[in-house]
Amino acid sequence: MSVWRPKSRIGSWAESVRPLPAGTDLPVLLPPAAALAQRAGRERLLGNPLARLDARHGWFLFVAFLLAAGYAQAQAPAGHPSIIATLWKWTPLLAKGFAFNIAISALAMAAGTLAGAFLGIAQLSRLTPVRGTARFTTHFFRNAPWLVLLFYCMFLLPFQITVFGVTVPLPDWLKATFGLSLPVMANVSEIVRGAVQSIPTGQWESASSFAFSRRQTMWMIILPQCIKRMLPPWMNLYSILTVGTVLVSVVGVSEVMTLAGDVLAAENRADLLMPFYFYILVWFFLYCYPIARWTVYLERRYAVNS
Amino acid sequence: MDAFFEWFRWLNDTTGINLTIFYDAFDRRRFVEGFFTTIQLAVSCIVLSVLIGIAGAWLQGSRLRLTRHVVHWYIQFFRNTPPLVQLYFFYFGVGAYLKTTAGVPMVSNVTWAILGLSMYAGAFNVEIFRSGIEAVPKATVEAAESFGFSRLQAYRHIVLPLAFRVCLPALNNNLVNLVKTTSISFAIAVPEMLYVSSQIWSDSVNVKEMMNVLLICYVGLVGLFVFVMHRWERAMRVPGYGA
Repeated sequence: MSVWRPKSRIGSWAESVRPLPAGTDLPVLLPPAAALAQRAGRERLLGNPLARLDARHGWFLFVAFLLAAGYAQAQAPAGHPSIIATLWKWTPLLAKGFAFNIAISALAMAAGTLAGAFLGIAQLSRLTPVRGTARFTTHFFRNAPWLVLLFYCMFLLPFQITVFGVTVPLPDWLKATFGLSLPVMANVSEIVRGAVQSIPTGQWESASSFAFSRRQTMWMIILPQCIKRMLPPWMNLYSILTVGTVLVSVVGVSEVMTLAGDVLAAENRADLLMPFYFYILVWFFLYCYPIARWTVYLERRYAVNS
Repeated sequence: MDAFFEWFRWLNDTTGINLTIFYDAFDRRRFVEGFFTTIQLAVSCIVLSVLIGIAGAWLQGSRLRLTRHVVHWYIQFFRNTPPLVQLYFFYFGVGAYLKTTAGVPMVSNVTWAILGLSMYAGAFNVEIFRSGIEAVPKATVEAAESFGFSRLQAYRHIVLPLAFRVCLPALNNNLVNLVKTTSISFAIAVPEMLYVSSQIWSDSVNVKEMMNVLLICYVGLVGLFVFVMHRWERAMRVPGYGA
């Protein structure tokens, strides 16, 4: 029986970057080259640029929010309620919208991860048609812009579906969630493939010498090792998706940006624009920051020493 | 050519697949213009963002602390906020102040889209180019100087070509992402491919057909770009760095 080895492809090159020679006084390239190659490899698996949040960004946003609110307060004509009071009045509504963003991101992530995991494993199949189809699907959805996929699902999915005589309505937000889960699926698929291919081939060889079948090797030896490697990029993808949920406002789902626009239209005061948008950015920061910190912590903890 | 276009009219009559962008001259012109606007957006943003990257990387090595801080904050701001918010900020926020007394905007939405998206991608490029230049050892420049290269010559013929090859994979990712991101200029009504398609499908009521055309066009465009850039990247690879 032949031993199955994951083929090394262009996409996984960063995982096997050769370390710079330690002994030489005259290296061809300095460590930033390896760091850049590693970053490029990570971003390629993720299909998106990595955002690196730190606490200073939060302070910057908070100060910008205070300045915008203060400036708007100073500019506001007499007789208007204060900016803070207006923000406070609309906070419950905006919070509802924000909760919607979180719900959409969580659902899209769950659906995308499930589909993407299968697609990623299918990309490693030994059957050429399965592998080819999975690769094509992955790259198709990776190359399509998120907004276009969102439009596609919003307009082409029916507003209700009938399954076994039961009519299930498909509200706008569910269609949008589906639209967002497609690029997530493609990126998770690449993350899975990259992680499996980053496991040293020695693992496959020793498993086959213990008479593990290919399926057993995959499920009992390779994938458990992959979880650790996949977790940081997966969480990065979640942060990207959470911020990406504001795209849903373009297709008219009433999430936080849409509601902010409605509120601004209802209040009809130009001075509220900047404070409101900075207020929302602060919320997004407060939600994404702990995730970003945790991701960095996991990356350090699971750093693979090769 | 006319027979080819008329075939789509026949297709609509017999199957109901209504591709107005082929047989209707008005829709066809709109779509082709939208397609080229997308390409124009992509090309201008790529060029401008690379220029921003080079200038920023150079400024980051400045002796003035203030300059370095300004570049640092520029990167931090544009790297960590969603591009849609940036576009809104430029178009509605900054654009609101840049109006003539008659209330006519001084900067068009296409220009804002090009500026905004270039600033967004440029922030990543600054970091990429900076790392690339830092990766070239000082000893290499000294060796070039010992061969009689001037500082500028050493930079042009030795440092930049090597740095560029180090940068290319990361730059590539960023530019591909930039081309995909051009679609969000829909939000400020730039007549690019997505925007004109939405106009066509609301006029001609052929949402399904236009959606598929749009998706295929975008995936084709991005796919071609990815293919070409990856070929280039493989050709430019520094042997021994990156398997």
